[in-house]
Amino acid sequence: MLTRTLLSTTSRTLSRRGFAAAVNPDNGGIVTPLEDFHKSQGGKLVEFAGYSLPVLYNKDNGGVLAEHHQTRERAGLFDVSHMGQIKWHGDDCADFIEKCVVGDVKGLKPGFGLLTLITTPEGTIIDDCIVSRAKEGYIYMVVNGACKHKDMAQFNAELEKYGSKDVCMEYMEETLALTAIQGPKAAEATQTIMPSGIDLTGVDFMQGFDTELAGVPGCRITRCGYTGEDGFELSIPAGQAETVVSALMEHADVDVAGLGARDSLRLEAGLCLYGNDIDDTTNPIEAVLGWTLGGKGSRRRTEQGFVGADKFLKPEGGLMKVSRKRVGIAGMKAPARGHTELYDASGENKIGEVTSGTFSPTLKKPIAMGYVETAHAKAGTDIMVNIRGKMQPAKVEKMPFVTTNYYRAP
Amino acid sequence: MLSTLARRAAKPLASRLVSSNGLRAISSKFAPSHEFAQIDGGVATIGVTDFAQAALGDIVFVDLPEVGDDVEKGESFGSVESVKAASDVYSPVSGVVTEVNEVLSDEPGTVNTSAEAEGWFIKVEMSDTSELDDLMDPAAYQKHCDESS
Repeated sequence: MLTRTLLSTTSRTLSRRGFAAAVNPDNGGIVTPLEDFHKSQGGKLVEFAGYSLPVLYNKDNGGVLAEHHQTRERAGLFDVSHMGQIKWHGDDCADFIEKCVVGDVKGLKPGFGLLTLITTPEGTIIDDCIVSRAKEGYIYMVVNGACKHKDMAQFNAELEKYGSKDVCMEYMEETLALTAIQGPKAAEATQTIMPSGIDLTGVDFMQGFDTELAGVPGCRITRCGYTGEDGFELSIPAGQAETVVSALMEHADVDVAGLGARDSLRLEAGLCLYGNDIDDTTNPIEAVLGWTLGGKGSRRRTEQGFVGADKFLKPEGGLMKVSRKRVGIAGMKAPARGHTELYDASGENKIGEVTSGTFSPTLKKPIAMGYVETAHAKAGTDIMVNIRGKMQPAKVEKMPFVTTNYYRAP
Repeated sequence: MLSTLARRAAKPLASRLVSSNGLRAISSKFAPSHEFAQIDGGVATIGVTDFAQAALGDIVFVDLPEVGDDVEKGESFGSVESVKAASDVYSPVSGVVTEVNEVLSDEPGTVNTSAEAEGWFIKVEMSDTSELDDLMDPAAYQKHCDESS
């Protein structure tokens, strides 16, 4: 019985590299397996999380607004290969992962996943990630691209403490591409690349499995995403990513979408962006993500056992009170960007700050997410937003701003 | 207005404007920060150039001053915003705002489709026409854009 990490967390490790880490000379980012595809589609490539990725596409039906509407009305196809894909092996891996995350990993049914949080000893958030129990016998984890190396450093540190049990962390590095197809037509389009005999209408939200896609073996499909729409994340062997993506692009309702649209879509859906809305100074209760621990009396709230649990959970499992909460904000006339100051209705007392804000293409009005003192956190509370020196009235609003369309299998 | 811009060499549309009666032409001047001033007598019509709108991408919001406000040459008088970011807009001349383009509150995308014509921001009664002397003419501005690309 061994505790082992198949790969170290530094990017200098080469043992599993399927593609050499080539870099785009214009933006300095590591190229993904879809770099040539992006260029062929007019992608405006920028550096993001250390990778070369398209912020938008210069083409017909391109630009942040068009790509946003494309995703809400039909299907947008995103390259998210910067994200970290990790496979966990060994009889004790679920038990070990629960030392690091707040969620009910042991309780996951085979083929299902959940959104969870990786925590610090201070009870704050290192990263958010999706953890899935593959019925094929491993645990599959997807972490944020900008956080993956520090996440794995945390896992390695905890593995040292965990002792000699049967756990193996396999970082898939650049051997796998990851794409997301999102929107009301995503299922119809993705069905066209499934092997015969698999009907996506029976696949529930957060459900996933290993499969062929467009005839390419070694892929994994998960019904999840970051837009509020129905859709799938597709993990594909790097060398074949273009094959699968080209097959999807054959469908009349599929078109490419970049990081700009990805951000406006997720903000409309009320989803956090790590580094903006959650970071290592925010705990899960302040971030209004306590639901990731389960409801009152849930096993993870009572047993705890993950790093930093005692910093925001009472011994019997109750949530500690917090001085500030993450809220949605709307009603201001101008967009309120990150770090915009928030004041109470009188305009005299600062009560918080915006952490993400934009102009909502779907609602055609500014929306924002931020933290305010708990006393002002109730939906409907009047507040003031200080935009470039002018106080504009706004209100705390429930999120999502745009109704979500997560799929429920019949 | 923009410190880094995308590669784009667009010919300034204003250089093609001609007065129909030939007696008093509207002259176009440009600031290096990619604002234009179309001069007709003592009034300057101000906005951002076609080069600027292409670099900004889809414009979703324009923040403008009110009629009667003062503007100062080189100072920010408002902002133009894409989904991702806000950019200050600087006045090429000093004076008083006499008109504000109301179309932009409902149709900010007009700046993308017609930056130097229907997408104008404000009209200013100039206080000092000598301020025009250090602005660029269309050919000099085109050269400036080519060098930025």
